[in-house]
Amino acid sequence: MSDLDDATRSAVAELLLSLADDEFVIGFWDSEWTGIAPMLEEDVATSSIAQDEIGHARALYELLAALTDDDADRIAYGREPDAYRHAALLDHRRGDWAFSVARRYLYETADAVRLASLATSSHEPLALLAGKMRREETYHLLHADIWLRRLAASPDSSGRLADALRSLWPDAQEIFAILAGEEALVRGGVLPTPLRALHAEWQQHVRPVLEAITGPLPDAVPTLGGRERHGDDFRWLHGEFTMVARQEAGVTW
Amino acid sequence: MVSTTPVKLDERRVWEELARIPDPEIPAISVVDLGVIGSVTVEGDRVRVELLPTFVGCPAIGVMQAQISERIGALEVAPAVEVIVTMDPPWTSDRITPTGRERLRLSGFAPPAPLPAGPALGALDELAVLPIAECPYCGSRNTTMENPFGPTLCRAIYHCADCRQPFEQFKRV
Repeated sequence: MSDLDDATRSAVAELLLSLADDEFVIGFWDSEWTGIAPMLEEDVATSSIAQDEIGHARALYELLAALTDDDADRIAYGREPDAYRHAALLDHRRGDWAFSVARRYLYETADAVRLASLATSSHEPLALLAGKMRREETYHLLHADIWLRRLAASPDSSGRLADALRSLWPDAQEIFAILAGEEALVRGGVLPTPLRALHAEWQQHVRPVLEAITGPLPDAVPTLGGRERHGDDFRWLHGEFTMVARQEAGVTW
Repeated sequence: MVSTTPVKLDERRVWEELARIPDPEIPAISVVDLGVIGSVTVEGDRVRVELLPTFVGCPAIGVMQAQISERIGALEVAPAVEVIVTMDPPWTSDRITPTGRERLRLSGFAPPAPLPAGPALGALDELAVLPIAECPYCGSRNTTMENPFGPTLCRAIYHCADCRQPFEQFKRV
């Protein structure tokens, strides 16, 4: 990528970091269900999804490391909590099963829209990886979709699901939060569709599905800095997933 | 001229050896029949093997790389062996060879359904395309997916309503 000017290179880096951190953080939240999911099948499913997401994060951190002459493990485990760029949606602890299902549905649908676009990126390594990730994410989307419908159909769970969807709705928009240097990315075709257009496409799909469960949802748009505000839940998770790296610097598996 | 130059012969030997290396997670099938070998080139003092991961996060990739390096190194066709992991071209379940599909079936795995032909689907259109798995024991298509996730990233769990056997399918991706 030596043909990129500095401004574009740092914009590509910002994009890769946001994608990688989203997958990394949701992967760790999913892994929290290993062993304690409501049924055995879901133990297997959440663990498998977590493994996929962390694998995707690793591949994205490696692209970023190649671009910025850094180390993928350093980027993944060597930052302070404030330097992570996952969307606000992923800044909440796992909650109950309905909360996790609500978040997964919001995330997977948004991720599907984003990946479909990135699979045509002019940044070839990203286009190849996004195309490959998409094939795997289809199964995650299927899983989230089935569970959303299942919880919505039962009177015991539909109230909890609706509450979770309503409370996560504003933060879910931040998956499409404005990125520094986005204009350069769109101009160069690295990001083939502007984030606000992807956001509109996503809302058009999910709003009717969600409103059938929650009733009318307020207007909501991504904000500036929607990937920069992190609270105590994430600080706790960060402490967990960096524990091994902090205990022995440079440790490898 | 037929392709019997020394380089071509060396490449053929590498392919033959790769065909004897089992997949670490499903040893019934070789890495060649699984379709994860993208290319083999012998150039100067170097053998270069391109390895295509089935799943991006497949934890067996490191094991495969090490195994391939060791086994191909032992052939001594060249002093250096390079095993590169690449997603160009991306591995898809259509890369599994006919022999590989038959080996999967014989060891109790339904082979993946072929990928749908035709134009690519939109971002959120794919939910309607649930793959059907044929029971590897009795051949019935009267089967249901119990869980799209199984013991490894590439396997889903099904149940056959005719012979009442649970079985796994190598996922279509």
